Amino acid sequence: MVLWLLVVACGTENVGQSDSTLHRGLGTDPESLDAQKARSVQAANLLRDIGEGLLAYSADGKLVPAAAERWEIADDGLTYTFTIRADARWSNGDPLTATHFVLGLRRLVNPANAAFYANTITDIVNAEAIIASDMSADELGVAAIDAQTLRIELTQPVPYLLSLLTHPSTFPAHSKLGNVDTANSARSLLSNGAYKLLSWEPGSLLRLQRNEHYWNNAATAIDLVHYHVIVEETVELNRYRAGELHTTDNVPPENFAAIKEERGDELRISQYLGTYYFGFNLTRPPFKNNPHLRQALSMAVDRDVLVEKITGRGESAAYSWVPPGTDNYAPPQLSYTNLEQEERNAIARSLYHQAGYSDDNPVQVELRYNTSNTQRRIALAVQAMWREALGFEATLVGEEFQVLLTNIREAQITEIFRGSWIGDYNDAATFLNLLLSNNPANMMGYASEEYDSLMQRAAAQVEPRRRRLYLEEAERALLADHAIMPVYFYVSKHLVRPEVRGWEDNVLDYHYSQHLSLDVAQ
Amino acid sequence: MVKYSLRRLLGAIPTLMVVVVLAFLLVHAAPGGPFDSERVLPEAIKENIDKYYHLDEPLPQQFFRYISNVVRGDFGPSYRYRDHTVTQLIAGSLPISMLLGSLAMLLAVVVGIAAGTVAALRQNSVVDRVVMAFAMTGISIPVFVIAPVLVLFLAVKLQWLPAGWSGSTGAARLLLPVISLALPQIAYIARLTRASMIDVLASPFIRTARAQGLGTYAVIRYHALKPAMLPIVSYMGPAIAGILTGSVVVEQIFGIPGVGQFFVTGALNRDYTLVLGIVIVYAVMIVTMNLIADLIYGVIDPRVRYR
Repeated sequence: MVLWLLVVACGTENVGQSDSTLHRGLGTDPESLDAQKARSVQAANLLRDIGEGLLAYSADGKLVPAAAERWEIADDGLTYTFTIRADARWSNGDPLTATHFVLGLRRLVNPANAAFYANTITDIVNAEAIIASDMSADELGVAAIDAQTLRIELTQPVPYLLSLLTHPSTFPAHSKLGNVDTANSARSLLSNGAYKLLSWEPGSLLRLQRNEHYWNNAATAIDLVHYHVIVEETVELNRYRAGELHTTDNVPPENFAAIKEERGDELRISQYLGTYYFGFNLTRPPFKNNPHLRQALSMAVDRDVLVEKITGRGESAAYSWVPPGTDNYAPPQLSYTNLEQEERNAIARSLYHQAGYSDDNPVQVELRYNTSNTQRRIALAVQAMWREALGFEATLVGEEFQVLLTNIREAQITEIFRGSWIGDYNDAATFLNLLLSNNPANMMGYASEEYDSLMQRAAAQVEPRRRRLYLEEAERALLADHAIMPVYFYVSKHLVRPEVRGWEDNVLDYHYSQHLSLDVAQ
Repeated sequence: MVKYSLRRLLGAIPTLMVVVVLAFLLVHAAPGGPFDSERVLPEAIKENIDKYYHLDEPLPQQFFRYISNVVRGDFGPSYRYRDHTVTQLIAGSLPISMLLGSLAMLLAVVVGIAAGTVAALRQNSVVDRVVMAFAMTGISIPVFVIAPVLVLFLAVKLQWLPAGWSGSTGAARLLLPVISLALPQIAYIARLTRASMIDVLASPFIRTARAQGLGTYAVIRYHALKPAMLPIVSYMGPAIAGILTGSVVVEQIFGIPGVGQFFVTGALNRDYTLVLGIVIVYAVMIVTMNLIADLIYGVIDPRVRYR
């Protein structure tokens, strides 16, 4: 066939052939490469390559100075003064100044930009009023004292502010209009990171090139980075096996054991700041004012079986809400953590009876999840565990994700629902704030005065150790209430070729391309 | 014929309007919105976003805003791809889907008609049975099985061809998707051709032609082929429209940035404008392809007249 001839003439390109191009799997397209408008994990991964905040993370997940070389924090924890590197540059060679950070933060809260992450910096003076359109963005509590000095003023201490300032939404902006028009000309996107954008073919490929104006350019090893948009995990695996990718974004759950055997050390599994949970709708019966029933259901779920037999990718059973590995925090555990499953089941049965249910009068419960293979298998297993331990038959309802979200938010028909929470920054607050009674994302409808007041006291603390005690106390109250049922902690899963050097596992699952290199000899 | 075509095209306008209205109502009726996620946004931020995309306006007002933009050729901003407009996304993806689709259709027509004709001529012979067995397999094995098997064998094991679209820049990346797209079409067309050819070969005018002493080749080439093509032409109208606007499955498996993928992800993300834009393009294609099929009818069937 003519096609055949065409093909033979062209040949294929494998990752081994071009030495200085790194090929990475990306999952879905970033929705935007405008740092202030982006939202997804994928966009953030890319933005960390092409942009840079005041601080960043090292390969092993430690906070390090980035665009700012040093900073001072006032004793009351309300004023931060950053010194921007004199040699920091934009990708077109323009010097990066404090003004650009002021512009970036103002863009983030300016209602006209409709930024998703505007609430990350609501503790900066006037931010809330600006988001609510009650004040102009120019009145935000950030100021460029001179070209190199940036001052940020807060309304209350935010001990995790430095880690927030690694988030792409806080990246600098070159002008009031932002850095770009990526769709029209990827090359015109101004950025200040180790790489700059060369091209973006939606649904397929994003190409990045070394930014020779970057202040630490000498440390960047790889010249070109290709991010391949691959939605299906099995497709990504095939492409990795075909030699088209150096690293994958994920690893499919199917045949995980076989992949492990085939790929050995290339499979990288690491603790991750994410919790898979079942939420109770606390605003309606049967779970409203019914801690016995909630505890019984929670205890009867054999988490070890779930993580070993169902998810099976190295996840760990969750007996706390905040995942282990969170900075400066030791998560308290559910009361029954150290009991055997049989003992748990016995207690669960008596609690179930105390709550007024029995074999003749079983509880009627619907468990809702978003339709996917893994979710259905987890739901089926949990249904069987409840049947076995407590003798009732939960009704399983699989729904498309957006339908499920709508139902959860409306809280009119949901009873138990599947949820997950991924930390935005490495601090317990990113998890614990979710359960505050005034948080719109608190879809359980948990409202505890004790919890709220402990969290408030923690928020007012400048001293990290005292703050931590309040936070741990708050989680202890939360777990005692059984307001939420943590099931397992997520892990990050990647395949990484042996020739890729500098890849280190970390809880945030950040892997900046500038930390990686390719060992050509491999 | 020109008058007929014009009348058909004008007649399509109300159809398109109905399609747009229905599609608009349906996408907005689906639960959830484009910006919903587990991270429920604070009210003030949600309001800013809704205002930015005019989602705070009543539905009729949104509809008229949308229609008046579409008439001027502007499909609006994509809600998911915040840096891109729908027009940009379709303009980038439609040519890719069309290229793959037309190559696949070409392959399917050539191979399918040849195989079907051979099978019809040797009816009930071994050749016929083998061809029909292949066709039956081609119809019954879905693309989502064939394509990964091809990838596993030709890309992963032998590494002759790229496993995905962005794995290569050459024409090599076309081959596996085109074959995957073409296989079921080859099977359909071969079966249609065989059935139709057997019918035609049994008709009196073919007997007359043979009686005049014409050889098999001349009988097929000058007498049987044209009338035998009628069912295939009517099948191809909608089939081409379908294949040109992208196959979701093939696009997903090979990571091809075609329209089909944007259509499905757009629907899942509640990217209203993107879904509507693709629906309109799809509807226009179907109307056009059906018209072209009807016009070709007139060329190959002397009994058809256009009024």
